[in-house]
Amino acid sequence: MERQLLLGSTLCFLIAVAHTLATLRDGMFRPRRFNLVAIVLGFALQSAFLYVRGHALGRCPITNLFEVFVFLAWSLALIYLVIGPPYRLSLMGAFTAPLVLLIQGFALLAPIDIQHPIRVAVNPWLEFHASMSMIAYGAFALACVAGVMYLVQERQLKTHQLHSIFYHLPPLTNLFSAMTRLLWLGFALYTAGLISGFFTGGPLPRLKMICAFAVWIFYGTILQGRHLHRLAPKRIAALCILAFTAAVSVLWAINFVSQTRPT
Amino acid sequence: MNLFCVGISHHTASVETRERYAAACSEEALRSAIGCAEALTLATCNRVEIFASAERPIATAEILRALQRCDPEDVQNAEAFYRHDGEACAQHLFRVAAGLDSMVVGETEVLGQVKKAYEAARASGSAGSVLHRLFQRAFRVAKQVRSSTDITRGAVSVGSVAVDLAGKIFGDLRACSVLVLGAGEISERTARSLNSRGVEDIRVSNRSFERAQNLAAVVRGRAIPFADWTEQCREIDILISSTAADEPLLTRRVLAPMLAGRADRPLFIIDIAVPRDVAPDVNEMEGVYLYDIDSLQSIAEQSLALRRQQVSAAEKIIAEHVADFAARFGERNSAPASLNARALTSEL
Repeated sequence: MERQLLLGSTLCFLIAVAHTLATLRDGMFRPRRFNLVAIVLGFALQSAFLYVRGHALGRCPITNLFEVFVFLAWSLALIYLVIGPPYRLSLMGAFTAPLVLLIQGFALLAPIDIQHPIRVAVNPWLEFHASMSMIAYGAFALACVAGVMYLVQERQLKTHQLHSIFYHLPPLTNLFSAMTRLLWLGFALYTAGLISGFFTGGPLPRLKMICAFAVWIFYGTILQGRHLHRLAPKRIAALCILAFTAAVSVLWAINFVSQTRPT
Repeated sequence: MNLFCVGISHHTASVETRERYAAACSEEALRSAIGCAEALTLATCNRVEIFASAERPIATAEILRALQRCDPEDVQNAEAFYRHDGEACAQHLFRVAAGLDSMVVGETEVLGQVKKAYEAARASGSAGSVLHRLFQRAFRVAKQVRSSTDITRGAVSVGSVAVDLAGKIFGDLRACSVLVLGAGEISERTARSLNSRGVEDIRVSNRSFERAQNLAAVVRGRAIPFADWTEQCREIDILISSTAADEPLLTRRVLAPMLAGRADRPLFIIDIAVPRDVAPDVNEMEGVYLYDIDSLQSIAEQSLALRRQQVSAAEKIIAEHVADFAARFGERNSAPASLNARALTSEL
């Protein structure tokens, strides 16, 4: 039942991506309600999956890499739905859907849904730490999406080659402020997640801590560069993409290393 | 009921001919002279057309006689007039309203003119239920074509391309500062366009300070002495340059110190001077977007080409509406308009 929910959700995101590609091929790319509806439906099915899985586990469903990836995809869709339409960044959906599809598709296809034999007692601080960090990752993922959009738009403006998509992408300055907002949101959530990690009561794994702080410092440096006007927007956009790629790799590494210690 | 359209346009007649008929068209005179049940005149700078419905088939020659108020042998410019009946009339109006028959494909001004013509005819009582159905459908078709295709997308003149690009860089232009360097005609037009988009801070600099003051007064800006214009680059967002200088005034060396401290603020440079005022390699600088007259013209042509690509998609939408309109129109009228149209065409 729960796998069907996730399959249904992935299908919704696949439809959104296919629709975007089809309109791009026709040279008539435009943000339509169709994409938003597909994403809302995909998000609803994701939420249902997480609810069913969480109910079965009796805890927040982030106990293995498969659940972590699904939770990350859910956070991404959640933050897009919260900040996309109000900030008139609805086109972000066209860029968000492929990322969600990629993460969720990988979670479904890779043999990573392994239930851990040891059941650990529920620790509210640990759950708070993990879920905050995941939602922060969602914000970082969207900052990465905004970064991609910025670089696409900037490239077109620099080379004077304006394609159909140019007229539908938001202005550079709007994308830059969206990127900044998402970075701040992600950074605040990540910091909350990081601090709560110290209250979990258990011994803190050294590698996990080093990786987590490395990600925190990376994003902190980007934000400092932005606010001291040391970094040009194009570089910040590129760094958002790099930082998210690094953060996801770290997330993978952390989960891989801690397979013997379910969170 | 016979539905038809007779007219001349930029495709078939010179501007002098169009001017002459634009003044001569009177819906009331047409109705009384040739016995149309309904008549509507659409007179724009590109076309003069009469849309009408009548109980009996009416020959074009009869309409031209009524239009020119003359004897049959004195009718002039008959070869410039075209005629569309029944479905073809609906198709023609839908194409006109959607901007497909315009000089600049996809222009939207014509829809407003069609709406005005319809409102005037409705108010005077010369447009009845047939023309009401036809024109209401035309407005729907135009709206659908506009929202479902990219036919209206992109600017097609140098000035509007520059303003569009500024919008794509800065979003809200109201907070932007603009420096107009050189008081040329295109600079003035571009500055006016920016002004109409809400830009308030416009500075004008010219070798002749008096001309700078004159242009500043026109665009509600302020004049800057020519010696100080480079310093302005620290504060401005948009530079419009069109001086008569033989050598580039703005080079990387001149601009680099001005960009220090504005890492996250883009600078949009519109160089419309020939020879160019800004060295081309300035475009390679971080956060600087340089467009010269050729690149602006090329974008205008790209937009036009993009619009032309959309024509077939627009024609498809129109064809669907024409078929549906003809079916509904046929249901309401015992003798299908298209049949009467064929009979009339052979008579002509």
